[in-house]
Amino acid sequence: MAGLSLQNLQKTYGKVEVIKGVNLEIEHGEFVVFVGPSGCGKSTLLRMIAGLEDITGGELSIGGQVVNAMQPRDRGVAMVFQSYALYPHMTVYDNVGFGLRIKKTPKDERDAKIREAARILQMEHLLDRKPAQLSGGQRQRVAIGRAIVRQPEVFLFDEPLSNLDASLRMDMRMEISKLHQDLGATMIYVTHDQVEAMTLADKIVVLNAGVVQQVGSPLELYNRPANLFVAGFIGSPKMNFIAVQVDEIKPGMVTVSGPDIRAVSIPVVTDGLTVGTALTLGTRPHQMLTADQGAITATVMLVEHLGNETIVSLRLPSGKAIVAGLDGDFPVAVGDTLHLTPEANKAVLFDEDGRSLPIKS
Amino acid sequence: MRPNQTKSLQSNTLAGWLMSGPALLLITLFLIVPFLLAFWFSFTNQRLISPNPTQFVGTSNFEQLLGVGTLVLEPETAEDGSLVVSDKGELSYPRVRDFTRNNPDFQHLNGMREWFGWDWGNTRVLVLARDLVFMKALTNTLFFVAVVAPLQSLIALLLALMINQKLRGINVFRTVYFMPVVVSIVVVSLLWRFIYDGRSGLLNNLLQFLSFGHFRPVDWLGNPDTAMWAIIVMSIWQAVGFHMVIWLAGLQNIPLTLYEAADIEGASSWQKFRFVTWPGLRNTAVLILVVITMQAFALFSQIDVMTNGGPLDSTQTLVFQAVQRGYEQQNIAGGSAISVLLFLMVLAISLVQRYLTRER
Repeated sequence: MAGLSLQNLQKTYGKVEVIKGVNLEIEHGEFVVFVGPSGCGKSTLLRMIAGLEDITGGELSIGGQVVNAMQPRDRGVAMVFQSYALYPHMTVYDNVGFGLRIKKTPKDERDAKIREAARILQMEHLLDRKPAQLSGGQRQRVAIGRAIVRQPEVFLFDEPLSNLDASLRMDMRMEISKLHQDLGATMIYVTHDQVEAMTLADKIVVLNAGVVQQVGSPLELYNRPANLFVAGFIGSPKMNFIAVQVDEIKPGMVTVSGPDIRAVSIPVVTDGLTVGTALTLGTRPHQMLTADQGAITATVMLVEHLGNETIVSLRLPSGKAIVAGLDGDFPVAVGDTLHLTPEANKAVLFDEDGRSLPIKS
Repeated sequence: MRPNQTKSLQSNTLAGWLMSGPALLLITLFLIVPFLLAFWFSFTNQRLISPNPTQFVGTSNFEQLLGVGTLVLEPETAEDGSLVVSDKGELSYPRVRDFTRNNPDFQHLNGMREWFGWDWGNTRVLVLARDLVFMKALTNTLFFVAVVAPLQSLIALLLALMINQKLRGINVFRTVYFMPVVVSIVVVSLLWRFIYDGRSGLLNNLLQFLSFGHFRPVDWLGNPDTAMWAIIVMSIWQAVGFHMVIWLAGLQNIPLTLYEAADIEGASSWQKFRFVTWPGLRNTAVLILVVITMQAFALFSQIDVMTNGGPLDSTQTLVFQAVQRGYEQQNIAGGSAISVLLFLMVLAISLVQRYLTRER
């Protein structure tokens, strides 16, 4: 049983703060994804958990034991690197068995474990090859095999799929997901790709500039983003943001409008709101309905037909751009004028500090 | 139609030849021509300056250099068949020169001198060489290579491993270790001649100081037992920085993530070296071994400046002999023959090294 606990974890390089106090609880067997833009500190955080980076401040426990000062090898973790980090002169068999060899595992046992890992990852036919003779996807399999053969408490993945092409990435994503189900181990996965995060995670941790922005299940993050950053980062195409101000307040309901949008009523907790407060209305491209009496009137700038849907870029009267996801067969052409209405109970309002207003539950 | 640029570059062959011309000319004149000439001269009786025309002499230069023979001597016996024993209790043997000077029964040993020998029961076995100095030079050179090649590459690797750490001011050490490489070998040799000086040399003074005066000064370069070692130490010191830099380049080519992966898998420092560093340095190792071997075979300047081959031929080397013969003794043919032999040896050793360190 190995859950992880991060208490106010900090990392500084000289005077540069990279991780600014991260608090996080990870349950045993959970699949947690750290996601964020480049340079947000997600890889650093992972490397701190692995023991490859010193911890400047705070406390890290794995399985209830503080491991701040522990060597990587004693932490019971296995890591899969973005560059795979396979030993180029060793065969796949030796690469997978390296950790066991270091631990002086008896030869028979080692052999059985290597073959079992190869079977799970369907790479039995590759065991005699060297890394240079493998494709990117095969190398990634070997790297994962090297991790699972050691039966660690915690798996760490550092952007493992970013060097693969799109279709292979999808296959490997599913395999990693399946692996998690089969092994039931705790997995921490770092990616900048929010699709990977959404599809794999039990729990997503969104990081920006060394600070945790939000922790939650993929749908929580999608439906109720805690702030503008999370709202903009999760979901593709990005959420649209429209400047509004409060027109009218009723219990559990606020009516807003702005230069680009006529009055819409949105259910939120209205505490602290006054008429005239400036807010930002967030609405997902796929949560905008076309209607003759739509609250938004915009001009079509670009149409992308994807078959199952049509992505339309529009310009608002103020010149701001928004995106709408419409039905695949919706008749639309560049230059048309569209009337759209955000789905009121799925729209999110953000205050001036960028925090989302809670909804009544 | 082919793109214009490609065409113009390819059709301007004249410009290309003109640009590479000076370099080609110099390389031909000072590398290729002498190389080929050496082969030719080694089969002639060419002298540096001579009124006589050059004659083709076949392989006699090589026979002269490489000629060896064995001589088995039985101890002398008195008339009654008993062994003659000297006052010191030693057996007495016939003189070697009786066999090597105009002895019609031992024509093949004519002109040879004793190289080394051993006793086999009462029988004495002697190995004779036609050109004793060349044989000394050959064995000295091989000894030098055998000691310097492994030692120098090992020390260079250790230095590189130390230098490769991320420590403040490590660049200072890198510069210090590399400095002797930049200094001319002649200057270095002169300085070390002072260091090795038998009376007031730095080394003797230092050893005396460290041993509180108990150390008896040694004339490092004047003693046949120490002269070669003195040259070896100094040669390693001089060139080790260069090979350290090559090792360093090899070390820095190894991806950091390999070490991190090994860290997580629990490898110790030695295991990381054994399984990550050393295999990653394979190609570098081949390069360094070949380069050091070739440089070691070419040992000349140190000898020329410090010992002139002495004392008692204990620091004779092949290149020094080639130069001595070719220019001091005006025997270009003999010098060329040594050069050709040296070339063949280095070639053979390099090929063997490449074979032994090939990718498997």
